[in-house]
Amino acid sequence: MRYLPLTDTDRSEMLAKVGASTIDDLFVDVPEEARLDGPIHGLPMHASEMAVERHMRLLSKKNLAAADAPFFLGAGAYRHHVPASVDHIIQRGEFLTAYTPYQPEIAQGTLQMLFEFQTQVAKLYGCAVANASMYDGSTACWEAVAMATRVTRRNKAVLSGALHPHYTEVVKTMAKFTGDTIADSSPSIQPSPDNVGLIARIDEDTACVVVQYPDILGRIPDLTEIAEAAHAKGALLVAVNTEPVALGAIKSPGELGADIVVGEGQAIGVGLQFGGPFLGLFAVRDPKHVRQMPGRLCGETVDAEGKRGFVLTLSTREQHIRREKATSNICTNSGLCALAFSVHMTLLGEKGLRRLAAENHRLACIAADRLARVPGVTVLNELFFNEFTIRIEADARQVVRDLADQGVLAGVSLGRLYPQVEEFSDSLLVAVTETTSEEDIETLAVALEEALS
Amino acid sequence: MNAPNKSGWKPEMNASEDGMHNGPATVTGNRALMLEEPLIFEIGHAETTGVDLPEISEGRSRLGSFARNETIGLPGLTEPETVRHYTRLSRQNYAIDLGLFPLGSCTMKHNPRLNEKVARMPGFADVHPLQPQGTVRGALEVINELAEWLLKLTGMHGVAMSPKAGAHGELCGILCIRAALEARGDAREVVLVPESAHGTNPATAAFANYRVENIPANEDGRVDLEALKARLGPDVAAVMITNPNTCGLFERDMKAISDAVHEAGGFVYCDGANFNAIVGKVRPGDLGVDAMHINLHKTFSTPHGGGGPGSGPVVLSEALSPFGPLPFTARTADGVVHLAEEENAAEFGHTQAFGRMTAFHGQMGMFTRALSYILSHGADGLKQVAEDAVLNANYILRSLEDLLDAPFAASGPCMHEALFGDQGFAEGLSTLDLAKALIDEGYHPMTMYFPLVVHGAMLVEPTETESKASLDQFIAALRGVAERALAGDESMKQAPYYAPRRRLDETQAARKPVLAWHEPAPPAGTPTLSEQGGS
Repeated sequence: MRYLPLTDTDRSEMLAKVGASTIDDLFVDVPEEARLDGPIHGLPMHASEMAVERHMRLLSKKNLAAADAPFFLGAGAYRHHVPASVDHIIQRGEFLTAYTPYQPEIAQGTLQMLFEFQTQVAKLYGCAVANASMYDGSTACWEAVAMATRVTRRNKAVLSGALHPHYTEVVKTMAKFTGDTIADSSPSIQPSPDNVGLIARIDEDTACVVVQYPDILGRIPDLTEIAEAAHAKGALLVAVNTEPVALGAIKSPGELGADIVVGEGQAIGVGLQFGGPFLGLFAVRDPKHVRQMPGRLCGETVDAEGKRGFVLTLSTREQHIRREKATSNICTNSGLCALAFSVHMTLLGEKGLRRLAAENHRLACIAADRLARVPGVTVLNELFFNEFTIRIEADARQVVRDLADQGVLAGVSLGRLYPQVEEFSDSLLVAVTETTSEEDIETLAVALEEALS
Repeated sequence: MNAPNKSGWKPEMNASEDGMHNGPATVTGNRALMLEEPLIFEIGHAETTGVDLPEISEGRSRLGSFARNETIGLPGLTEPETVRHYTRLSRQNYAIDLGLFPLGSCTMKHNPRLNEKVARMPGFADVHPLQPQGTVRGALEVINELAEWLLKLTGMHGVAMSPKAGAHGELCGILCIRAALEARGDAREVVLVPESAHGTNPATAAFANYRVENIPANEDGRVDLEALKARLGPDVAAVMITNPNTCGLFERDMKAISDAVHEAGGFVYCDGANFNAIVGKVRPGDLGVDAMHINLHKTFSTPHGGGGPGSGPVVLSEALSPFGPLPFTARTADGVVHLAEEENAAEFGHTQAFGRMTAFHGQMGMFTRALSYILSHGADGLKQVAEDAVLNANYILRSLEDLLDAPFAASGPCMHEALFGDQGFAEGLSTLDLAKALIDEGYHPMTMYFPLVVHGAMLVEPTETESKASLDQFIAALRGVAERALAGDESMKQAPYYAPRRRLDETQAARKPVLAWHEPAPPAGTPTLSEQGGS
């Protein structure tokens, strides 16, 4: 009970002050039949710091950490090196334990950081305005669809078949309840994405087209032609990016005509964390769409002495003011993850991000070339950044499990992502980052060769 | 650098009218240890980087025509510059590590560093959500162990762990209700929300395509049971209740409310944001609740991080459990914890899941922290948490009710938060002025103007991690500013005087939004960011 500072003497004095003889006098409004007397059955009593740490460490050791294996998993979560100073800064109590900056006079640290973060994201995405972050990429994707229906006053969304299937599932789940129509394209395995088939689905009822860039198979779709087709029908293009490092090497979605750009920022600064917390990024190309955006926004202003300062702004869109008429029910952001992203991005800068992206791409090219030489392996992609798909003439799910038993984390089998698509069962998504060594690539190639022989 | 700094501070404007800052203006804009800090865009360079990475070599590219040729416009800082920039920014923040946060409705309590240490163990921090299950058994056990605690503490039947924040959890609960109603072919359209509910509740119901109707509070600060009963009918899908409610009171009639709602064929959603007031003392399941989210940062002390991330697991009654979203964890008879996803949910009998709310498994980093906190307290400690939180809040209520209007003080003890109003303040002085004056006393202000049922509301929640000495000092400070507000001290209108910034112009920010940094038009001949050389 080391976190509870009251002593028994304090408690008696305080009970006297409030005019209660026992603590239960303060719980009189709780119906007696529902009140719990004594400890709850089946739960342990308090434990020391040492005991808790030991328990958690034992659980931790039952997991194979990415750093302890040749590691090739991606599919929406990427392992990158995070400089030590990033974690140092986010552990500063003034950031870690601060509240939402609703009192701007004593929250300028968080607010200035958010303003810088918004600007970094807007530039990275080629957009005018970014918000102060969302829960994660998948929920940001749904919020983009919801925003597009507000902007266009149409209620149909056309999803690319190469959108991350979990993102597709989130959008379809939410749409079931809001009454929006979702037209999703069937996923297909081809060296290039099927833009023609996607464009054919856009019609006069379409609020938005949602395209992942690079897509779930690692391919790079031509957003320009999709944007033109969408705009010709009065629809918006929502571009989804799950690997922000890619944007250090390829053109930004905004530059290619996307109207709303959303994505997952985890790859920069945040770490894998078994899937969360992650960092949803959300930006719009046209500043006039700002008032339809979900989530928090930080803006510049001045204080009573004329000094520049920052505040949360445009909150009339939000639930604490608009209640049932709010643009979204979201009342949080991923503040600390946004800080990690911003610090890492500041350490990288333009030069560092470009070098990081180039190194990712260089190693991915080496991996693709090496794996292509493994008998029974075909590299699918024509174009890719740091992730590509291979076909391995075997059940990739089984191969992934077998290789894991040998201490090699080989990638994400498409069979796990698409259990219902039989033709994907022999395919494997392989991601390579700067943390992958050429030795790791060789280990994977040899292990695959053995598994397929 | 030609200007002292680029933070917008102008020495010539420092002729203070308030008489509080009569010292000479400084050349730098800094005041002793309080340093002004420019934006990274004003001090960074395109050619500066704080990370050693190999130079870009000419090689084979598989990027085709998509290779980026335009600059992005991202400034870089070296590592020492970066550490200094963010450390300076951090010092402009108030935080729980610096002092009491008397926030009602948004619990801010001590954040143990053990939890940070645990969350960073490589087996939790450095594992991928799609690793083969055999390589993440420990991570799945953490999720399941936390889930089991939540079920036992709430007396509920199932739990959805994936929602990423409290409001996301609310949405999850309401969607479970919608799915359960649809499964029985019952298309209901209305969700009833009491006035004192959190603003997210009506937003959530509306987002799930329900029509929202308000239910008034009675004079006692609780849900008007008769008004609620009168409105129930075959069109009401659910009632969303916050208990303890946002007036800081326990809903005495909770069981009667649940019974009435169930009788009318609806479900009861309980906003569990205030669960810390009753953890170990009452189980919501025993009160007839069907779904309740738990804000892990509030009850189980994961750090707020300047606005997030949060985590909002949702406990569900037996009627709603089959509809909870994927993925979820399940322990089989052999003691092994499995992850159920789209491909294997049927093996675990979970065929009615309403879908998926997020890409992966929820906020693992919050789960490890919350579980560490729970294990540290144990069942005995968690009960003490609720008792101390409630005792501390009542101590504040009774220490201030002679001075500040306390509208529900006569309705009995408060739970974990004490509610005051602005009645008696001198003409022209508001709750906002009192809050800003409290900043000068070294405190973060309490929650203001919420709940809406009390004029000029001030909602104070001390939490269980404050000592009596810390409460006494806070009470003295609050009495001081309250006396000034009652007496009509006009100087409060200009507060705060000593914060890193004086009162900020929020109207200008909203009227002319500046939401990103834009390079100022340079004087002729000045190199732009992209043309600047290394530093």
